[in-house]
Amino acid sequence: MYAWMWRKLPGPWPVKALEALVAFAAVVLLLFTVVFPWLEPRLPFNDVTVDETPAATATPTP
Amino acid sequence: MSTHETRAPARTPAPPRDTVRTVVRSVGEVFMTLGVLLLLMCVYQLWWTNVESAQAITASRDEIVKSWHQPLPTPSPTTSASASSSSTGTAAPTATRAPASPAYGTGFALLYIPRLRDKVWGLPIHQGTSKDVLAQGAGHYKETQMPGEVGNFAIAAHRSTHDEPFANFPDLQAGDKVYVQTRTTWFVYTLTKDDPNLSPTDVWVVEPVPGHPGTTPSQKLLTMTTCTPRYGSTGRWAWWGVLSSTIPTTSPAPDGLTGTA
Repeated sequence: MYAWMWRKLPGPWPVKALEALVAFAAVVLLLFTVVFPWLEPRLPFNDVTVDETPAATATPTP
Repeated sequence: MSTHETRAPARTPAPPRDTVRTVVRSVGEVFMTLGVLLLLMCVYQLWWTNVESAQAITASRDEIVKSWHQPLPTPSPTTSASASSSSTGTAAPTATRAPASPAYGTGFALLYIPRLRDKVWGLPIHQGTSKDVLAQGAGHYKETQMPGEVGNFAIAAHRSTHDEPFANFPDLQAGDKVYVQTRTTWFVYTLTKDDPNLSPTDVWVVEPVPGHPGTTPSQKLLTMTTCTPRYGSTGRWAWWGVLSSTIPTTSPAPDGLTGTA
């Protein structure tokens, strides 16, 4: 997968390295600004409040 | 590599299509990618949320303090005010939001806890306890009472990530002072007791009389909740306090508070 991407990058290898770095930075930016903020409230971390039924855990199973 | 036949033209032979190798390498790359993603998620949680929330907390504090310096029937802060003296030319709505419950997400108070001074010193308290609200400071359980009211003024804040205001929550001790500053009043609460072994569903801790539903409250209580263990969500830790004094903000700041905004 990564070897294929490396072959697809244009230019000599220093240019390829720079392009790879930019692509990685773009992916990290997307993760930090869109994906992780969306994902975080859906994960069972950092809940600090008392609630009636968080994720239906309080309902007795039949 | 050494098995290409002699009748092939003199071009470089295509690499052998070893599907097993390709599959193994691809699976390995996927796992490595997932590992990097998980590490990035940790970086986001443990570092970046602190950076973002620290900025949001500062901005919210400034906004709250600024709103207190404006006249009470505030038109919505559309920044078009600043008409200097006699600014209330337009028909301002008579929306007095002081005693009533503020709108969801609105910052209405600042929290000072000398024991947690490095983090909880002018910490904004907003209405509501959803995660986007808690990313900007402390959150007020919207169904509970307001500061100084008979009943229970209940708030929550993060102990880890999002600037972790309550990081040192376990350091609190009975007798510690908790100061809640509103537009008009300093409310001074004195901590009385805690419970570090609560369940996330123990909603009784924020009742007007904690643990006694339906009882008519007579005391003016404070409840603070956060998660336990730190970096986990399996339990809750609560501290309770009782109102010990109220001081108008026009007076000097109460004892124990120096260097406030």
